[in-house]
Amino acid sequence: MNNAATEAPASGEQHHGPLRRVQHFLHGNPAAVPIIVVILSVIFFSIAVGSRFYSAFALTLILQQVAITGIVGAGETLIILTAGIDLSVGAIMVLSSVVMGQFAMHYGVPGFVAVLAGLSVGGICGLLSGLLVSVVKLPPFIVTLGAWSVYGATTYIYSGNETVRSQDIDRVAPILHFLGNSFRIGNAVFTYGVVLMVALALALWFALNHTAWGRHVYAVGDDKDAALLAGIRTGRVLVSVYVVAGVICGLAGWTLIGRIGAISPQAGQMENIKAITAVVIGGTSLFGGRGSIIGTLFGALIVGVFSLGLRLLGTDPQWTQLAVGALIIIAVTTDQWIRKISA
Amino acid sequence: MGMKISWSKCILLSLAAGGALVSAPAFAKDVSACLITKTDSNPYFVTMRKGALKEAKKLGVHLKTYAGKYDGDNQSQVSAIEDCMADGVDGILITASAPSAIVPTVQKARKAGIMVIALDTTLQPASAADATFATDNFEAGKLDGEWAKKHLGQTKAHIAFLDLATSQPSVGVQRDQGFMKGFGIDIKNPNKWGDENDPRIVGHAVTGGAQDGGRKAMENLLQKSPDINLVYAINEPAAEGAYQALKSVGMQNRVTIVAIDGSCNGVQDVQQGVIGADAQQFPLRMAKRGIKAVKTYVDSGKKPSTSAGLNFTNTGVHLITDDPVKGVKSYSTKSGMKTCWGKLQ
Repeated sequence: MNNAATEAPASGEQHHGPLRRVQHFLHGNPAAVPIIVVILSVIFFSIAVGSRFYSAFALTLILQQVAITGIVGAGETLIILTAGIDLSVGAIMVLSSVVMGQFAMHYGVPGFVAVLAGLSVGGICGLLSGLLVSVVKLPPFIVTLGAWSVYGATTYIYSGNETVRSQDIDRVAPILHFLGNSFRIGNAVFTYGVVLMVALALALWFALNHTAWGRHVYAVGDDKDAALLAGIRTGRVLVSVYVVAGVICGLAGWTLIGRIGAISPQAGQMENIKAITAVVIGGTSLFGGRGSIIGTLFGALIVGVFSLGLRLLGTDPQWTQLAVGALIIIAVTTDQWIRKISA
Repeated sequence: MGMKISWSKCILLSLAAGGALVSAPAFAKDVSACLITKTDSNPYFVTMRKGALKEAKKLGVHLKTYAGKYDGDNQSQVSAIEDCMADGVDGILITASAPSAIVPTVQKARKAGIMVIALDTTLQPASAADATFATDNFEAGKLDGEWAKKHLGQTKAHIAFLDLATSQPSVGVQRDQGFMKGFGIDIKNPNKWGDENDPRIVGHAVTGGAQDGGRKAMENLLQKSPDINLVYAINEPAAEGAYQALKSVGMQNRVTIVAIDGSCNGVQDVQQGVIGADAQQFPLRMAKRGIKAVKTYVDSGKKPSTSAGLNFTNTGVHLITDDPVKGVKSYSTKSGMKTCWGKLQ
């Protein structure tokens, strides 16, 4: 899980108090904080709530609830690693799901072709943003802010604002529900969407740390000019990152259909914000070059654990919202403290 | 417009009158109106817009439509009213996202001589609009509650409330509290949910009125108490999300869901047993009557009157179920299909 954070601690550092050592360890392992927070919060809610929270069923339920954010967050992490940001990830996700629905229900193509069409549309959306960022050299924030509206509106126009019903999907193209299907191990219930999230995180972790492409992604995010001088084709790397992220959003769209049953152009409105939240809590720097996919996965889990935990404690929805917001700030503050070591 | 006509308006009016005399001898006045909905994405408002456009075409009213970007987007609605004022329309129909925050802007429009009609959601206060065409949301919830009470009979109720939003918008509160009233729960403050202490309430969770929100809310409440046997859902998408959650744990046949909306998809959900009873509202009726009211006002100066005992014109609500109970008036899904809104997929 150790990623690009390999820079040596400030030289001549003489104090090695226990707090300092903890700080060093956390600095070297960017995913450690979110993992520790998840473990501590699970322990806290297990004591406070009891078996309704600390059960295989409830804990795997949290995984199901964060699967979509985890998947979209994986794509978002790639982009943020290049010092970019993608505000359109949620819109790409919903557009992909609507395309899958329209292809299967209205054009009568086999289900798996519809899925491929949805994933391709995700990739094309990513390609467009990537070209605008790398070739036209527009700031990613501006490009994806515009793209968010464009893809969102396209979704409404293309779907005619209509929802495809769950029963009809089951009848015509059950494969669209595939990622929502579940299997049990004892009382633990996993959906294939959860499996996809974990598999995707592992695959991207491998690609980022053990392939040339992955190291190039970090290099471009850390210092684009230096990367260029080092012979990395930064433009191609950038475009590839946006395309991969787009396809991942397509996968999230497929997962979304499985989760809510129906295909609704109104679903997932805030997914971009949720994904960015997960990335930031997961310890990835918004300035690029530092962070990890595994961190994002646990970042998403922190929000999931707190939402369910607080609900089970019986907190009013208003207070849950307040508490989750406060926790986000605390998590990021902790992260900033750890980073001070390299200052 | 009353007696207070400013000098500038007087000049404008005489100029207009002069212009009319010169240009067109036709006496039928040109009527123009604006429709401002909460969003452009919710099928409910899409239906409302389509209905309004159709009626406007029939009556020869020039209609322009505007919408907020999301539910709660007050700012876009304020701009839309300003645009319509600049456009010099005769009437504005609005489904307000923020029923009290929009009032000052509505007052400006009315001062400029524009008739403002609230659709679906009453302004706060209701008198801020010239007229309101809406469903009695409290009544809609109450019908659900009365039906559920009788449907459950002697079985002890464990109720999950799937509400709209943490900000407790009036439409969500009225439906929720209406359900409680119908079910026989002490509602305490009728302008707020969450202050009740009836042990039959398992809990409240918010859904944003969408499928994904409904699913998560249901999962969380189920985790709180697996005994849940009755679900009140703010609308059909929330109900469908809840059904997915129940289905994933094999509880869909042990739990009764009630909802409010009455779209064609929703009525089909009732037919297929996803929803037990659904209170149907009539957005097309609201839109049609709103357009008609503007036309009547321009032609004759007459404003619509409110329904007896209410501060708005009630466009009605029907309880749709195939499982009728004694003492609660309901309609079958077959009849509900004829009055449903939105396109059936």
